Amino acid sequence: MIELQHVTKLYPASGRPALDDVSTEIDKGEFVFLIGSSGSGKSTFLRLLLKEDTPTSGTVSVNGKVLNTMSKWQVPKLRRTMGCVFQDFRLLRDRTVAQNVAFALEVINKPQRTIKRVVPEVLEMVGLEGKAGRLPHELSGGEQQRVAIARAFVNRPLVLLADEPTGNLDPETSEGIMLLLERINRTGTTVIMATHDYHIVDSMRRRVIELNGGQVTRDQSRGVYGVGR
Amino acid sequence: MRVNFVLSEVATGLRRNLTMTVAMILTTAISLGLMGTGLLIAGMISDMKAIYYDKVQVSIFLSDHVTDQQRQAIATELKNSPEVKHYIYESKTEAYARFKQQFSQQPELVQNTPADALPESFRVELVNPERYSVIAAMFPDGKNGVDKVRDEGDFLNRLFSLLNGARNATIAVAVVQALAALLLISNTIQLAAFNRRNETNIMRLVGASRWYTQLPFILEAAVAGLIGALLAVVGLVLTKVLFVDRTLAGPIKAGIIPPVDWSAIAFISPIIAGAGVGLAAIAAYVTLRLYVRL
Repeated sequence: MIELQHVTKLYPASGRPALDDVSTEIDKGEFVFLIGSSGSGKSTFLRLLLKEDTPTSGTVSVNGKVLNTMSKWQVPKLRRTMGCVFQDFRLLRDRTVAQNVAFALEVINKPQRTIKRVVPEVLEMVGLEGKAGRLPHELSGGEQQRVAIARAFVNRPLVLLADEPTGNLDPETSEGIMLLLERINRTGTTVIMATHDYHIVDSMRRRVIELNGGQVTRDQSRGVYGVGR
Repeated sequence: MRVNFVLSEVATGLRRNLTMTVAMILTTAISLGLMGTGLLIAGMISDMKAIYYDKVQVSIFLSDHVTDQQRQAIATELKNSPEVKHYIYESKTEAYARFKQQFSQQPELVQNTPADALPESFRVELVNPERYSVIAAMFPDGKNGVDKVRDEGDFLNRLFSLLNGARNATIAVAVVQALAALLLISNTIQLAAFNRRNETNIMRLVGASRWYTQLPFILEAAVAGLIGALLAVVGLVLTKVLFVDRTLAGPIKAGIIPPVDWSAIAFISPIIAGAGVGLAAIAAYVTLRLYVRL
């Protein structure tokens, strides 16, 4: 499903590679935690999967397609198969919850009747039924992240990338978000989540890929955050 | 393409950037208005050339003391000359009648001119308009009843070089103004893209096509260009109605200056609109490619 072969990413401004000869494979339907300290290469890893960046060397492939040689015009197609969630939610402040979710479908040309049907479904799934008409600032942080997850999931992506989705949330709220991500994972969507939150990693016992200085230092199924915590 | 969605994005963009949008529209309007004026002057020049060059190329003015014999001799010589295509004789009375018609809007000038003040003349059309010197040599000034031979073409050439200069100056100002308009458009689009970076970032991440992401910005510029063009056309119409048709009514009636026809404005308007929309859209597209990551 997702495959990295000897991937190195050098940013011109820095002497040290952000990713250093990383090889790994992630299967369809897996739930993977990507852990490591700040600057360990987690975000670069996610950016390469989205083709926001191209590797300096090595190949990245998603869904059987090699991203290195993919033309600019095919990138939107790739991204329609992936959903993204961020620490800072990235909602449109002047649009309601439903409009924020619908936006993701409108801009890829989905017919209006599909949007009308799908948006309430996904809002119910993330537990926001009855809040469709609210504006983001009228919601709690956890609820805002649910909107972001609804937007990422509404087009039924094959992969959901989450970059520290619980970074701004208290533990209790985080737990709710994790339950939601688990639920999404059970529908067959591959979930890759970069995080610092060891409580979550330890309690979920899913596959853990640890990055350190751009290298994979651990790849463990049913792993925990780290030894000695 | 979801037309409603794109149009509402365009409207939002124009509204959010209201001051820049107004500046963009006004500079575009001025530039296009000047361009239209330049085109109208160009049209007028070619109309005037048709009016004047066809009529008379050389005038032979006769002295007040010319005898019938001398007059007859000149006519015969003109008739026999291979250089002359056509000539007419204009008596003092005819000259005065034409003068009265030409200056019908300035009655005091007509009143102060005695009926016999204007000389009689031969108006000559040449086979080759450049051959003025041959006629001048045939009828030396001040001899045989000839007062003066005048090359009307020379006067017309000077008149037209003046008009051409006016046209070129207008178009030059239009070009400078167009440059200002293009820079403003580029700036406005960068600002619009910055204002909407949240939207465009999300569009990029959920896989909206580049075209879909860029189109609202390009349309925004094109709409501003179109509004600018409409204002420019209104400006041209007002110039015709309030200036040309009023202030220049006399010379136009007298046939000195050709009128500005509605058909000329109708012909120029789509050119202006096309230029406005096209240039604005291209400026926006280039700006997005060069300065904005979408």
